[in-house]
Amino acid sequence: MKIGTPKEVESGEARVAMTPDSAKQLQKLGYDCMIESGAGAAAGFADALYKEAGVEVVEGADALWQGADVIAKVRPPTKAEAQKLDAGKLLISFFYPAQNEELMKQSADQGASVIAMDMVPRISRAQKMDALSSMANIAGYRAVIEAGNNFGRFFTGQVTAAGKVPPAKVLIVGAGVAGLAAIGTSTSLGAITYAFDVRPEVAEQVESMGAEFVYLDFDEEQQDGSASGGYASVSSPEFREAQLAKFRELAPEMDIVITTALIPNREAPELWTKDMVEAMKPGSVIVDLAAEKGGNCKLTVKDEKIVTDNGVTIIGYTDFPSRMATQSSTLYATNIRHMMTDLTPEKDGQVNHDMEDDVIRGATIAHAKEVTFPPPPPKVQAIAAKPKEKAKELTPEEKRAQEIAAFKAQTKSQVTLIAIGAVLVLAVGLVAPASFMQHFIVFILSVFIGFQVIWNVAHSLHTPLMAVTNAISSIIILGALIQIGSSSILITLLAALGIFMASINIFGGFLVTRRMLAMFQKS
Amino acid sequence: MDFGFTIAAYAVAAVLFILSLGGLSGQESAKRAVWYGIVGMAIAVIATLMGPGQGLWIVSLVLIALGAGVGYQLATKVQMTQMPELVAIMHSLVGLAAVFVGFNADLMINMVGGLYDGAGQVMGAVGPDGYTAIGLPKEVNDTLSAFGQLIAKKSSVEITILRVELVLGIWIGAVTFTGSVIAYGKLAGKVDSAAKKLPGGHLLNAGAAAGSLALAALYLGGSGSWTLVLLTLLALFIGYHLIMGIGGADMPVVVSMLNSYSGWAAAAIGFSLGNDLLIVVGALVGSSGAILSYIMCKAMNRAFVSVILGGFGGASGEQMAVEGEQVAIDADGVANALDEADSVIIIPGYGMAVAQAQQNVAELTRRLRAKGKEVRFAIHPVAGRLPGHMNVLLAEAKVPYDIVLEMDEINDDFPDTDVAIVIGSNDIVNPAAQDDPNSPIAGMPVLECWKAKQVFVSKRGQGTGYSGIENPLFFKDNTRMFYGDAKASLLELLNRIS
Repeated sequence: MKIGTPKEVESGEARVAMTPDSAKQLQKLGYDCMIESGAGAAAGFADALYKEAGVEVVEGADALWQGADVIAKVRPPTKAEAQKLDAGKLLISFFYPAQNEELMKQSADQGASVIAMDMVPRISRAQKMDALSSMANIAGYRAVIEAGNNFGRFFTGQVTAAGKVPPAKVLIVGAGVAGLAAIGTSTSLGAITYAFDVRPEVAEQVESMGAEFVYLDFDEEQQDGSASGGYASVSSPEFREAQLAKFRELAPEMDIVITTALIPNREAPELWTKDMVEAMKPGSVIVDLAAEKGGNCKLTVKDEKIVTDNGVTIIGYTDFPSRMATQSSTLYATNIRHMMTDLTPEKDGQVNHDMEDDVIRGATIAHAKEVTFPPPPPKVQAIAAKPKEKAKELTPEEKRAQEIAAFKAQTKSQVTLIAIGAVLVLAVGLVAPASFMQHFIVFILSVFIGFQVIWNVAHSLHTPLMAVTNAISSIIILGALIQIGSSSILITLLAALGIFMASINIFGGFLVTRRMLAMFQKS
Repeated sequence: MDFGFTIAAYAVAAVLFILSLGGLSGQESAKRAVWYGIVGMAIAVIATLMGPGQGLWIVSLVLIALGAGVGYQLATKVQMTQMPELVAIMHSLVGLAAVFVGFNADLMINMVGGLYDGAGQVMGAVGPDGYTAIGLPKEVNDTLSAFGQLIAKKSSVEITILRVELVLGIWIGAVTFTGSVIAYGKLAGKVDSAAKKLPGGHLLNAGAAAGSLALAALYLGGSGSWTLVLLTLLALFIGYHLIMGIGGADMPVVVSMLNSYSGWAAAAIGFSLGNDLLIVVGALVGSSGAILSYIMCKAMNRAFVSVILGGFGGASGEQMAVEGEQVAIDADGVANALDEADSVIIIPGYGMAVAQAQQNVAELTRRLRAKGKEVRFAIHPVAGRLPGHMNVLLAEAKVPYDIVLEMDEINDDFPDTDVAIVIGSNDIVNPAAQDDPNSPIAGMPVLECWKAKQVFVSKRGQGTGYSGIENPLFFKDNTRMFYGDAKASLLELLNRIS
């Protein structure tokens, strides 16, 4: 079958769904690749590069849509494009089916299959084709770079001969993929970075990236975000108030604010209100990554950069990934390639559209003349880390009480053991003669010493310990030595064998221990 | 030389032995401690040779020299990876020697009994004070060896106790002997290391043990030496069957248990010979082995009894299904990750010993350290087939011991570690022990390597570990599988790290 990628028709879209590298991989799956001439130019991939990779370059979109069986592109198809989807063809692209219902119905009616890259379920197995994440990653990075471009100072604090420069303070709202990427970029540029998210369980991730998590003084148990497939959900009004109050407190200090808060299939929540913008210092920058869905800040103008009256720059671009077209095309093409790998289990160049597969089923929105959106919940849920039951902080009194109880229990068990031991020894003493008891005392004391001494042996020396105890347990040679002088031939013979074997052990054991110990060296 | 001197020498030797074991608390003091042991042994042997009643001491010296030759050969030729086998086979020698010495004691009792009969007396009859034995006429007594005289002096109660002791000594010695031979066979790969039982399983062992008890009772009742021979045969069988039923990965427990047994056998023989030094040393070795077994069992979170009964218990409920897939990686990928990492923890296991990969591991460590990276080793107490097995292998490959840490010391450091490399271990890094209460190894302390930023697992194939359970570590997102023979794959890795 043939996989083709047309040139994106949306103005300003620089990405391309197939790169020369991904084409080579697709060919390994048994597919022929074709691309519309000039499709990769804006992303830095010239036609010649594609030809070199064995991709057929065709002139004009029509030729491509006709020739290819599988069409991979970035943006959702336009109405005109969707009409070219003949029966049996497969389209793979971003689709946003909830917003494009008409297009979806149209495609289904025409008998084409559609896989929406934005519908790939969020389970571990599907991460390699999660294009939303790979695009969000780029958006997060780019957001910081854009902010820096519009911000008049350094990110990092410096003390120079020409004066002291304070470090920039950056607040990232929403610690999803984009948020985390922004945190990483911002901290590595040297800014003091704060981050907030409604899902408290991401605090650990935030802190691992080097940012400070902004905790709310709020008691209500938050719904576990992981239960909703790893995305945030709507929060209660009280929680929202507490959150806004915290932001109001932070607003005057922050130099750069990057908002990334999105809730699936909803208008973006308003988190950065007008009064917060007014409270910010002149020269501050806000990057609103939620601009596409109305923005986390109501002043944001989609696809534009504005400067407010008090000198705050608000950036509402929605094409951050496209602004880094080479990088985003590479990642997106790899996502598509992984999707094709899953669709081609036999590696024979034939699509096997397996609707039993969780990932493929979830991403497919039109198949066999049916609209298959929304998908049933995936069989495998994204596994949420269960919140750990925090051990209750003990008061000093409780701790003390516990220690006393532990001490008492220990004393009790020790006394019991000693008592039992004593009774046993006494019982033996009742029947055994004195000559035996003399040896018995020696035995008991030796066991005792053995226990005391061996506990202190270092773990790493356990093998030498075994070798040494092995050598000294050959002390049994003494018994044989005493017996060998007997007048009975049999006794002498057995004793002689005993001496021989025990002495093998003595010499072997000690020598090998020395050999081992000599090897232990300090660095 | 009289008795007093010998006993004084024994006291000195006993102190030296205790110091020798105590010195093993640190790597440096251990080097001195071995000398204490050697000197102690020399004093004990020389004192016995010069002591009362020793005959044939030229023969003894020749035998010792012969044994020394064999021992020297063994100790210098052995590979460090074969250490578990060597230790096991040496235990068998102690066990067998104990059996011989025990039989000798029995023979001597019979001989002395014969002499009593010849003199028209009853052995063990007591004099007017109620507990001192009457003893043989002086001229008969003088013909006996020192050991014979010792027995001749005993009263009937003392002789019964002597018999109890020698039965114990022989029985433990015989179990130790066959047990060690089988353990040796399993460790050396000469016997299939899987847990195997004859039909009847533990009932057979229990039957043999009950038979031994009955025979011991018969022997004490005066039925003659044939009971002792039968009892030995039963004990030999128990040793064989017990260890056959224990699988390869439980070997650390088995070897330390046998170590303990060889000590108890020596102590029991010491009682029957009335020799305090034997008792002291036997008790030291016995308790040492017992503690080691305890430590090993604790490290596997298993009861001693369940190890001895063999095999892992069945799961108590449905185990968590493992999700995801094992993602493979090649040497280039590992090399890149190592290049970028600042801190690395290596977790070696039995697989490293099998593949003889310790030299390559050490070379890797040296190169990474030369680049200024922090490289450390995490050793699980039951890694390998012998307590402390991994430490010895790494020491042989000249890995400095101060970067080789035990589980408790390093477990908290994994979250701050960039790369964890698992080489040939499986169950000791299985997160199911913590996450899945139904897992057969639930509750076993494990190395939490999955908390590192990235984990590489060097493994031959996709199989499960000794316990036969799936390891969720291999399916984690931050885990990459580096398939292949450990030695070969590390060599490939070394080629890419200058």
